[in-house]
Amino acid sequence: MLVDALFLQMGYNATLVTLGAGLLGFAAGISGTFLFLRNRALLSDAISHATLPGVALAFLLMVALGGDGRSLPGLLAGSAVSALLGLLCVNALVRHTRLNEDAAIGAVLSVFFGFGVVLLTVIQTLPQGRQAGLESFLLGSTAAMLWADALIIAGGGAAVVVLALLFRRPFLLVAFDAAYARARGLPVARLDLLMMGLVMAITVVGLKIVGLILVVALLIVPPVTARLWTDVAARVVWLSGIFGASAAYVGAAISATAPDLPTGPIIVLVSFVVFVVSLLLAPSRGVLAAWLRYRRFQKRIHIRQGLLALAQGHPIYERLTLRLLVAAGWARGDGVATDDGMGYAARALRDEARWTALRTDNRFEAAAAMYDGVRDIDTVLTSDQIAEIDRRIAETPA
Amino acid sequence: MSGFEFVALSLPPMVIGVLAAIACALPGNFLVLRRQALIGDAISHVVLPGIVVAFLLTGMVSTWPMMIGAGGAAIVSVLLIEAIRRLARIEAGAAMGVVFTAMFAGGVLLLEQTDTSSVHLDVEHALYGNLESLIWLDAAGWGSLVDPVALAGLPPELLRMAVVACVIVAFLLVFWRGLKISTFDEGFARSVGVPVRLIGGLLVVLSALAAVAAFDAVGSIIVIAMFICPPAAARLMTDRLEIQVAWSVGFATLSAVAGYVLAGYGPLWIGFENAVSAAGMIATVSGLVLAVAAIFGPHRKGAQLPR
Repeated sequence: MLVDALFLQMGYNATLVTLGAGLLGFAAGISGTFLFLRNRALLSDAISHATLPGVALAFLLMVALGGDGRSLPGLLAGSAVSALLGLLCVNALVRHTRLNEDAAIGAVLSVFFGFGVVLLTVIQTLPQGRQAGLESFLLGSTAAMLWADALIIAGGGAAVVVLALLFRRPFLLVAFDAAYARARGLPVARLDLLMMGLVMAITVVGLKIVGLILVVALLIVPPVTARLWTDVAARVVWLSGIFGASAAYVGAAISATAPDLPTGPIIVLVSFVVFVVSLLLAPSRGVLAAWLRYRRFQKRIHIRQGLLALAQGHPIYERLTLRLLVAAGWARGDGVATDDGMGYAARALRDEARWTALRTDNRFEAAAAMYDGVRDIDTVLTSDQIAEIDRRIAETPA
Repeated sequence: MSGFEFVALSLPPMVIGVLAAIACALPGNFLVLRRQALIGDAISHVVLPGIVVAFLLTGMVSTWPMMIGAGGAAIVSVLLIEAIRRLARIEAGAAMGVVFTAMFAGGVLLLEQTDTSSVHLDVEHALYGNLESLIWLDAAGWGSLVDPVALAGLPPELLRMAVVACVIVAFLLVFWRGLKISTFDEGFARSVGVPVRLIGGLLVVLSALAAVAAFDAVGSIIVIAMFICPPAAARLMTDRLEIQVAWSVGFATLSAVAGYVLAGYGPLWIGFENAVSAAGMIATVSGLVLAVAAIFGPHRKGAQLPR
């Protein structure tokens, strides 16, 4: 069943939805990256909530003009206008008052959404409004997606991808160092507006599939996931697009396999699973990698301290230390050093003595800063320098 | 309109709306000043999975399990946001976006998988609430306000909201100094022995309490709007915290009363027959108040809070 869905064998509507979602996920992942790297991820939440009054007003306007009111291009155009208005309100509040951006975002999203709800209740009282189904824009609805709707999503998504990739260098520069970008003569305010414009386009296009409450997930989760895997900005952009596309594609396919699996939430949950797996497994930034790093360091400390204890004939009380030494073949179970162990212990002691001497010598200040209790001194100094240290140790009376 | 109709149909929802608005606006002052304004946004989104899980566990739509479920979800979300922020080393906004969308999506999915046709439990309810339905059937007129028998029939949401508002006021009074110092200068607060982490944690817990109590009566939209709009508008009116809190209470009350009246009677004045959503209208009015403050507020200019 799921395999059929993944290979687009679930019928016309499911195929349209799955392909459309994949494309939308790709475009959202790419344009969301710039927003995330600019530390303004939640601005997308304000933009998406601000679409609601536009959808409702467009419906009312189309009905007033004698139309059906449910034409998707009209509704999307309305949502784009009010999203833009919301965006400009956030910008105006941040620029002309002392409110911070988070307060401006929260104010705009709640007020626009509240006004949208007022308009929805107005629509419900109209004779044409009963079947308007505008509530489906809250959570998305893919059941009745048409070829024309899919074309809008595909066209909008493709345009966003092209623009985002064309402007990716200035976007990244602004995201990492806005002051430097301004000094280089880049129009930072306009670039920011374009960045938000792309996010707005994604939101509008995504209303049909994931709905306005959850569309922010497509813009935020893939970049956050991609960021875990790499430190190179250009790769974050592409990886984010790939994560977004695959989560949306797989999510839409899963939702096609049963009637009570709503597309939007499933896509969001699939992206979240990808994020959690990445958080656990990503190299260097992942939790597992960090834990392994910690364990390795802990092991080195224990072995080092154990060897020092062996060399000085101290008993070893710490069980982990003893276990590690036994495993290495340097000590017996009762804490007595093997011949091998004596050799390594003597080396560790000599290393420690060299470090002690080094840390009292101003000439080796830079090297002394690298002392962490486990590092071998010959990874820091040349053999000439070590010989010099040894001479000093020999000169000092014990 | 007669006194009977007003007392029975309009007074209780209006009072509940005012109490909910004040209960959210009070902690909102500190959230806005601490740059945590969007915590309210995150909490109000995760209320949905909380009540759905509570419904699945108890099999019924009743107040306490749902409140506990919502409160639990709010605390889980705050902990998850903090964990993801630290483990993935990303900014708080992105961590919030990851957590609340995932939890909200989970709530919607659970709701779709559950047979809720027999009970009133849906996404719209969690978002808009049903302020208009909180009527007082036992009221016979203004005289009922002093009649203990009739008072016993008041909507339970009224008492609950009043208790929550009192708890929040008590918290603010007890911790006022510490809260104030730690909001403006955390390092200084720590150095003079203020329990900064405890106060910060309690503030988030109380915000969750206000959000959960208010969502049941008035829906999530009001919660977000009241956490942010009245305090933000108040911040543009004054430089003194005490006066800002007073302004925010005034703005919250004004928004709730004016919003309710406009929603209930406004459409009738311009010739429509049906009332519109009170929750939505209250949020709209609070936005208008903020807009006016942003244009005319005496302290609208100035430096933004440092990160």
